[in-house]
Amino acid sequence: MSSEQDHLKDTDTEARFEFKKEQNAAVKSDKGLTEEVIRMISEDKDEPDWMLERRLRALQQFQNMPLPTDWPGQPDLTELDIEEIVPYIRPDVDKREGVDDWTELPDEIKDTFDKLGIPEAEKNALSGVGAQYESEVVYQNMQEQWEEKGVIFMNMDRAVQEHPELVKEHFMTTCVPPSDNKFAALHGAVWSGGSFVYVPEDVTVEMPVQAYFRMNSEGMGQFEHTLIIAEEGSEVHYIEGCSAPKYGTHNLHSGGVEVFVGEDAHVQYSTVQNWSKNTFNLNTKRAIVEENGTMEWVSGSMGSKATMLYPCSILKGRGATDTHITIAFAGEGQDIDTGAKVYHNAPNTKSTIESKSISKDGGRTNYRGLVHIADGAENSSTAVECDALMFDNESTSDTMPYMEIEESKVDVAHEATVGKIGDEDIFYLQSRGLDDDDAKKMIVAGFIEPITEELPIEYAVELNRLIELEMEGSLG
Amino acid sequence: MARLELNNLHAEVADGDEKILEGVDLEVESGEIHALMGPNGSGKSTTAKVIAGHPAYEVTEGEVLIHLEEDEFGEDIEIGEDQRTWDLLELEPNERAALGVFLGFQYPAEIEGVTMTNFLRTALNAKIEEREELFEDEKGDEEEEGDEGFETSPMEGPADEGEVGVAEFQGILQEKMEQLDMDEKFAQRYLNAGFSGGEKKQNEVLQAAILEPSIAVLDEIDSGLDIDRLQDVSNGINALRDQQGTGILQITHYQRILDYVEPDYVHVMLDGQIAKSGDASLAEELEDKGYDWVREEVYGTA
Repeated sequence: MSSEQDHLKDTDTEARFEFKKEQNAAVKSDKGLTEEVIRMISEDKDEPDWMLERRLRALQQFQNMPLPTDWPGQPDLTELDIEEIVPYIRPDVDKREGVDDWTELPDEIKDTFDKLGIPEAEKNALSGVGAQYESEVVYQNMQEQWEEKGVIFMNMDRAVQEHPELVKEHFMTTCVPPSDNKFAALHGAVWSGGSFVYVPEDVTVEMPVQAYFRMNSEGMGQFEHTLIIAEEGSEVHYIEGCSAPKYGTHNLHSGGVEVFVGEDAHVQYSTVQNWSKNTFNLNTKRAIVEENGTMEWVSGSMGSKATMLYPCSILKGRGATDTHITIAFAGEGQDIDTGAKVYHNAPNTKSTIESKSISKDGGRTNYRGLVHIADGAENSSTAVECDALMFDNESTSDTMPYMEIEESKVDVAHEATVGKIGDEDIFYLQSRGLDDDDAKKMIVAGFIEPITEELPIEYAVELNRLIELEMEGSLG
Repeated sequence: MARLELNNLHAEVADGDEKILEGVDLEVESGEIHALMGPNGSGKSTTAKVIAGHPAYEVTEGEVLIHLEEDEFGEDIEIGEDQRTWDLLELEPNERAALGVFLGFQYPAEIEGVTMTNFLRTALNAKIEEREELFEDEKGDEEEEGDEGFETSPMEGPADEGEVGVAEFQGILQEKMEQLDMDEKFAQRYLNAGFSGGEKKQNEVLQAAILEPSIAVLDEIDSGLDIDRLQDVSNGINALRDQQGTGILQITHYQRILDYVEPDYVHVMLDGQIAKSGDASLAEELEDKGYDWVREEVYGTA
């Protein structure tokens, strides 16, 4: 243990004690985001000095940066009180140790699992208390196979301890530095949990690397960090699912994802996320793609009060390729502002963005995209397609596709459609025996089919069911 | 046996006061083929849509009834004395479908992302379920048929009791598609999306063959068909009548389809009413002489 931490230990024993043992006291004792809190987190994880230093530097940057407020059509963040966020982290930590009984979970989570038709054993796994879930065993078996090939897949906190060199080099340095934006800085200060994936040169991981239950089981998933390093010629599909609402006590999720796609490497990052309706979901996800590498983003964004999320690919090497497929769903009182960013920084790079959104009961979806083609990135091409589907006249959908093209020898295409669910379509299905609700569900399921076909079957089923439940207005 | 009955049906466009139907009387029974002819704008398509419950039309007067006899849905459903006649105007479109009314569209909707197989199986099961609900009171304590354990696709969920499972449905679909001489690739295509005009019409007949309606109203099913496709579609319509005993109300402009689907009755619609009815020879007369002579005969003016 470092001398710094020893010092902390001496001066702060009582607070740490409370932090660990008394969940209510922990919530009450620390208000606001302070250096003390950051040190506490770092010490609790027994982190090396360099990580603590990065956290503290990020904290400083966070304190010096303003909240984004002036983007056109930006979601309203005024209800987000950042000074209150730390107390919302704490109960999570305690829950990791404290919830050992299904019955202690909030009702809305239990209800959701019931409505999703998830059996009891699986519910326990999803809530993070069932260690014996079948998938866990499968996961262990697969892990051995990967390890033989040099693949690393572990909790991010553990990676800091066991692979410090890899983490030190890649963690919030060149891809998502804390200075990138206020929430990246916040994330750098308070991050916890998440996944670390390393795939050595020329290794193909055939099955998707899945972190399905991680968000719940790790407790502090609100600020999870995912770091994926795919070396030259390697291939991996990382998939992350959080298909249950988070604990009702949370109100901010600020995750960070960094992906390094080596030369000729291929990474697919897929996620299906469903947040409780009181969550601000503000994330930074970015990939750096080397020569002839391919990055694919597939994401389903559900739930939350407001989401601001624009997965980004930096096409750094010649011939690098990016694909974005995203879907957003906004119901009553929700503002889902999501899209994609691509920087074409080298010649012969290519990007494809396909965005679909559904809004209902006054919900708002917005596609906010940025495609930047740098001077000298000749023979690059981009195609952007945005489709919006609205259920009623109260719902809104906007499209804000920014294009910054500095090179003339490029191919740029943009296409956007906005439509209300057609009465004729519904009538057609009704005349075949489907009731009004089922007809709408079928139309929406068809609308999102391009996403679901990219996902492993269990995620596709989950996504379909979640959207069905959203449409019934029965998710809390 | 089933009988569809339109009595003095008046209807107008729901968000205006434009009158379209001004007292239509018509009866179609199981096993009969009726041709409903008439010039553009005479109210033929509106009649079809009102029967099926299209929300764009408001019925201001009259009734649309369906009478069902005991044998209508096989042994699955027992039709009580008090449930033999239903007023369709009081029912949702899907309930009308469950009672055996089918509308073949002139311009079917295109639904992206929904495969034919998924759609048709969902529709068939929805219809079975709705029927059970409509006739619930009469079902009594009859034991429900157990789940026969058909294979199911995870995307579509497991088959509930009494539902048609994926594997069983594949069989049904394949058989019907062969009858209609449809390419098996149809099963995995998205519902009507990118279908040619002819393929869409064929698809309407396929749906009728699978949903087995008591009465099928086919709205200009012959428009946009080349001669080969017209024959396929006509064979399909004849099979509906001959094999399932469906009563057909065939809406058409032209004599052409009636060469293949021979009507028992021909009705001429003018200005929102049935102006004249007759047998198949009436259609030939219309082909020769147009509609004006009917107008002259009925109204005494051209």
